[in-house]
Amino acid sequence: MNAFEEAIVYLNDPFNWTRRDGILELLGEHLAISVVAVLAAFVIAFPIGVFLGASRRGGGSVVVVSNVSRAVPTLALLTLFAVSPIGFGNRATTIALTIFAIPPILANTYVGVRGVDADVREAARGVGMSRGQVIRRVDLPLAMPLIMTGLRTAAVQVVATASLAALVGGGGLGRMVRLGFGQQNYGLIIAGALLIALLAVLTELVLVLLTWAVTPGPKRFPWNPARRAAVAPGSEPTAAGMPL
Amino acid sequence: MSAGTGSVVGGAVLAVDEAPNPWIDPSYVVDNWDSILRYLGEHVRLTVGAVVLGALIALPLALLARRSRFLAGPVLAVSTIVYTIPSLAMFAFIFPFTGLSATTVLIGLVAYSLVILVRNFLTGLRGVPDDVREAARGMGYGSAALFWKIDLPLAMPAFITGLRIATVSTVALVTVGVLVGHGGLGQLILGGFNANFYRAEIVTGTVLCIVLALLADVLLVGAERLVTPWTRAGRA
Repeated sequence: MNAFEEAIVYLNDPFNWTRRDGILELLGEHLAISVVAVLAAFVIAFPIGVFLGASRRGGGSVVVVSNVSRAVPTLALLTLFAVSPIGFGNRATTIALTIFAIPPILANTYVGVRGVDADVREAARGVGMSRGQVIRRVDLPLAMPLIMTGLRTAAVQVVATASLAALVGGGGLGRMVRLGFGQQNYGLIIAGALLIALLAVLTELVLVLLTWAVTPGPKRFPWNPARRAAVAPGSEPTAAGMPL
Repeated sequence: MSAGTGSVVGGAVLAVDEAPNPWIDPSYVVDNWDSILRYLGEHVRLTVGAVVLGALIALPLALLARRSRFLAGPVLAVSTIVYTIPSLAMFAFIFPFTGLSATTVLIGLVAYSLVILVRNFLTGLRGVPDDVREAARGMGYGSAALFWKIDLPLAMPAFITGLRIATVSTVALVTVGVLVGHGGLGQLILGGFNANFYRAEIVTGTVLCIVLALLADVLLVGAERLVTPWTRAGRA
């Protein structure tokens, strides 16, 4: 228990937050890497997912990409980019995290858009909507819950994985844990772990609220049993809900 | 990789940059076969241990959660929170209690596989039709026979799906155990990074991890076909 008390003492010292390489600086670095990676992955994966889903093509390859990505250890991908000619540091970390954030966004967007009722799309065409209008005004609103699930999964995954970057010379909050192990400072290890866990849980909460805000129709939270019953594990080819 | 692209310090090319550093090097695998096998063994032991222990704990929890609505809520809520905790933080939290040992890694991995399995086991058990259970009870099945002969076979596909997800993600997660020096193949990955970015070692560790995960997945799919022969007959 001593380590936990030391961690509280460490976190209560304002100097540990504001100094150079302090908590605030590491937190800012962690968030900057994560936000850039998630946005980049969204910009890449979202249009592909919408296109494949709307044209109902490439389902097999999306599922394969999503499943194989589960088997690749995040630490391995981070390390591979760190020893590539890019060199270790925040740029290599960001690229590796972007690649990791693509499968959940791609798979969920694809499944969401493909799952839109064909009758509804036909009706939309029938009232004179163009193909683009059908995608913007019918497909996307109906697929919104799953698209947001993909974004939430990717964001939590990226924030969690970013902490591993410290093991291979990257920045972010993981550096506190790494430094703690290097200095045999158990309080520092626990303080870093607390901040990392808290950041991941907060990310999840913020994205849940965002989902609630942008989803049209009846509002649902992810812990609502109605939604959970609708998603049977066998029928869900997404990378949602795996620990990192 | 080539000397021309190496960093130049004070006009001199560093010896590290001059040395060849191929991504794939069979001679590395041959020369270090023993240590590769040792790490592979640790990786397999940790994965199997975590999934088996996780399943043993998850099954009674899922059975309890099905029986009572009041238990199902907390079980699912706790599992959502455990999911969200990053593995680095999880191992760091356990470390003060069990130190730099494989036990630290195992406890963390059991926690993750446990929460995956509880959800899938519960989904599987809830998928067993009530009238089938009712009919079995009417024919005189006790609760043990009901579980072994009705619930278990009917929920088996969902159980195996859970085991597959838990196994594949556990294989990937073991690598983070390098934090406490017991990361199985992760030792090769981080060891290569710390040994002057030795790419052959990193790639060997990575490839073995992916192969191990896919192999385990294939084995579980085969096991599913063996224990649920009726699903195959129905499809054909």
